[in-house]
Amino acid sequence: MTFLRDKLFPVTTVLLIILALWYLLAIFLNAPFERDQAQRSGTQLSTSQLIANTMHQERPVLPAPHQVAEEIRKTVFDVRPTSKRSLVYHGGVTLSSTLLGFVMGTLLGILLAVGIVHSRTLDKSLMPWIIASQTIPILAVAPMIIVVLNAVGMTGLLPKAMISTYLSFFPVAVGMVKGLRSPEIMHLDLMRTYSASASQVFWKLRWPAALPYLFTSMKIAVAISLVGAIVGELPTGAVAGLGARLLAGSYYGQTVQIWAALIAASLMAAVLVALVGLAAHVVNRRMGLQASEARR
Amino acid sequence: MNVAAAIKQEPHMNAAASDLSPDGPVIDARGLSLVFQTGDGPVHALSDIALTVERGEFVSFIGPSGCGKTTLLRVIADLEQPTSGTITVNGVTPEEARRKRAYGYVFQAAALYPWRTIAANISLPLEVMGIAKAERTALIEKNLALVNLTGFGKKYPWQLSGGMQQRASIARALSFDPDMLLMDEPFGALDEIVRDHLNEQLLKLWAKTRKTVIFVTHSIPEAVFLSTRIVVMSPRPGRIHEIIDCNLGPDRPLEIRETPEFLKIAHRVREGLRLGHSYEQ
Repeated sequence: MTFLRDKLFPVTTVLLIILALWYLLAIFLNAPFERDQAQRSGTQLSTSQLIANTMHQERPVLPAPHQVAEEIRKTVFDVRPTSKRSLVYHGGVTLSSTLLGFVMGTLLGILLAVGIVHSRTLDKSLMPWIIASQTIPILAVAPMIIVVLNAVGMTGLLPKAMISTYLSFFPVAVGMVKGLRSPEIMHLDLMRTYSASASQVFWKLRWPAALPYLFTSMKIAVAISLVGAIVGELPTGAVAGLGARLLAGSYYGQTVQIWAALIAASLMAAVLVALVGLAAHVVNRRMGLQASEARR
Repeated sequence: MNVAAAIKQEPHMNAAASDLSPDGPVIDARGLSLVFQTGDGPVHALSDIALTVERGEFVSFIGPSGCGKTTLLRVIADLEQPTSGTITVNGVTPEEARRKRAYGYVFQAAALYPWRTIAANISLPLEVMGIAKAERTALIEKNLALVNLTGFGKKYPWQLSGGMQQRASIARALSFDPDMLLMDEPFGALDEIVRDHLNEQLLKLWAKTRKTVIFVTHSIPEAVFLSTRIVVMSPRPGRIHEIIDCNLGPDRPLEIRETPEFLKIAHRVREGLRLGHSYEQ
């Protein structure tokens, strides 16, 4: 019951407000086209007729939510998942490069953080570069990177995953540096009184202390990995993936298809973030953290 | 092990063999000074400290904040390096003593790792020291019993009161059976009732284990109640003002604090603290 009251109710309320605004916006944006049509054919449109028409255009400026839902239903359930018209197929392509990029980015981020925490030299030399790396508008140059990698023979999953890696290692590296440095002086002194080795200090103190930070960064990393994968799909001649779907939709003015792909991508991001959150919850429980802390 | 490593180890093995005679002092400090370089200039945390502690003693360091009592304890534990003077712990340098696990250290806060259960926290030093699992389990049970926490091994630190947490941290310090217990205001954050109770328990523990205890405090009754000797320290520069013998005998019920002998020693300590303090003004 508390779940209903604390979680479901507020989320549903916001969702309903968004849907209502969406419908209003759809009417407002699609109406000029209908008025134009009516004027050309010399007919008069009543307001209710006008509103009804804005809901069912073939190429609306902004498709109504039910049109998008219908498109998603068609492309998910009515076609074979292996078909090029299936949203499941395209979603799967994007998901695989998202996950590959996310895993590589997370590992790279952890590795960099471990190096930075244990070596002053790496801290001084690497950290500025890591921050500078994110000032490059990677989303803008991603297409070029894909093209260059294709030219040297790297095709398929890996180039896209590398864009995701580039984007996702950063939050993990920064979060883990903070996490690995989070143990209190007293906790570190304690290890020193035991004459613990550096690896013992790492595995028994720094790593468990950093885990909550790791999961927080991984939530950001997985969402940004998906963005990277989609952007990576744009320049490959729109072969496959949600990004390709977006591009194809915009070539042919298929706004409903664009929005269906967008919604699918958002849902995928939400599910991925939720899964990382679930993993965090399980680990926190196993580490015996207080319920209040674990929920964060 | 290769030959080079074996040769390298030799001197300290010899030192250990010759100096680990049971009659030598546990701690022997002479002319010990420690100066911290800070942005506002040097801070003389310790100045010309001379102190010997014999095996089995219960020695308290007492003094106002800034008198260097914690710093001196940290020097003994090899958590700080003195800038001049000499100090030996069990006849060797503090670093060697630390490497030989000469002491268990109890901090101001319990400093339990929140992701470990109480049992796992007590197990931590044993794991670091490479003790086998079966033996660890036995040692955990034994030390939980020693601090009256039997049955709490599976709890997490946040599920225990502050006093219980501090008792768990004492069990952790004792788990690998060091000869010496270094305690840095271990009960400072606890309320007076819990503190009285833990003082009594600590005395019993000391009587039972006969370990050397060095105990930092700023409570006069606590120092007098627990100690065989009280080191009165004064600040700026941190130094030993006076060392007061505290011969209340081994059997000390809480009521001893109302006896004339107790009050006399407490009065001396208070006088010492006041004299040490007025010095700087």
